[in-house]
Amino acid sequence: MKTRNLLLMSAVILGMSLMLVVTLTLRASTKGLRHGSAMPLARKAESQPPNSGPRVVKIMAKRFAFTPNQITLKKGEPVTLELTSEDVTHGFYMKALKLDEVIVPGKPTEISLTPQTAGKFTTICDHFCGAGHGNMNMTIIVEE
Amino acid sequence: MKDPIDRRGFLKIAGVSIGLGTLYSAAPVLRGNPATEMLRALGEKNGEMQTPFTFVQLSDPHVGFSGPPDPLGTKAFEHAVEVVNALPQRPELVLFTGDLTHDSENKDEHAGRMKLFKEIAGRLKVPKIMYVPGEHDAGLDGGVMFREFYGPTNYSFDHRGVHFIALDNVSRAKPEVGPEQLAWLKKDIARFSRTAPIIVFTHRPLFDLKPEWEWFTSDGDDVMNVLAPYDNVTVLYGHIHRDDEHHTAHAKHYAARSLIFAFPDPEKVADKKPIPFDKAHPFANLGIRQIAEHPGRKPNTSSLAIEDVELSLREFSGVNGIQQLLKHTDL
Repeated sequence: MKTRNLLLMSAVILGMSLMLVVTLTLRASTKGLRHGSAMPLARKAESQPPNSGPRVVKIMAKRFAFTPNQITLKKGEPVTLELTSEDVTHGFYMKALKLDEVIVPGKPTEISLTPQTAGKFTTICDHFCGAGHGNMNMTIIVEE
Repeated sequence: MKDPIDRRGFLKIAGVSIGLGTLYSAAPVLRGNPATEMLRALGEKNGEMQTPFTFVQLSDPHVGFSGPPDPLGTKAFEHAVEVVNALPQRPELVLFTGDLTHDSENKDEHAGRMKLFKEIAGRLKVPKIMYVPGEHDAGLDGGVMFREFYGPTNYSFDHRGVHFIALDNVSRAKPEVGPEQLAWLKKDIARFSRTAPIIVFTHRPLFDLKPEWEWFTSDGDDVMNVLAPYDNVTVLYGHIHRDDEHHTAHAKHYAARSLIFAFPDPEKVADKKPIPFDKAHPFANLGIRQIAEHPGRKPNTSSLAIEDVELSLREFSGVNGIQQLLKHTDL
């Protein structure tokens, strides 16, 4: 009888543990879905060791400037540019680097980029955003 | 600066600056059968024979702008209207190539600027005034307010045998014309013969003049490909606040000066900053541009001699003198 009680208690504990694992797994999946595709990459950059994936460079747009207003990349090195807007819709355009994106507030935009040409490139906001729009730009330096 | 043009072209368009705008004369060059054929074809197509006339392009008055590059507000625009009205040969048509107003997030304020522009433009004693928007007019609301005040943002019409096409490359917020307008353009010009004289007027350049300064239209090449079968295409635009001429095999592109402030030559400076206002020479960068045509060195060619002349302060003497104008500013 004692053995039977012990077996029953073990089964209950095992069952509860399984339920907990299933619940935690479901919560994690829901969180991933809710945040869309931008979050997994951001988490990956924070949690994984360096050199395991493209470097993530965050750029924030807010009328009428990008922050930072200059970034430095290496020729041939894959990077992910993560673009966000803090106010209105902005553009992100640089023909030579084939960059032509729209940055919508509340929806991070990711660009996978492997620059093939060294140089200094002026990237502009090409989505009209107000009176100072004409001078909203930033510099991308690509080193050899 | 000299630039050879083909004298065999069927439409001669000569531009003469009138101080704060450009006066164009359009006249058929009758040289044998092709021109006769063109005139006949045009007469059949649109009921109008091509006959000489003059028109003016004015651009970028930015009504509502107030700042150090131009503390005089609408004065240059108002003066340009007076200059046009005083021309000995009254133009039949005035084309405004965008940025009629400076944008404002306050809708009532922007509407007030649209109204003021219309009031000043309404002083022009010309039979026909046509408009296209600039990004300051239509970039924030997709052209809704512009259409309320001035009508469609793209359209076409015929005037004395010349086909005018208004193209909108600002209302989509990005510098582009867009697939719908491209499809409309193809349909619009399908009825014309290869030699038909076509004048496109738009706000931004339809080629990569200086993309880093947003002086381009991303699908401008698509527009020019649609127009490529036509021999006689002229594109008039604004946006860059300075003179520019760009000739390709199929078209000639001319930029108009602004009526508010000037930008420098992008080949000579790194930053896109307006040329500073100069009290001693307040309209120096909005000065007179004259174009004269001369026979070229090669047979059947001609040269355009372009001369820049500073606008004289004498024109602003008396009660309208520049010092009186400046008294009402913060400078």
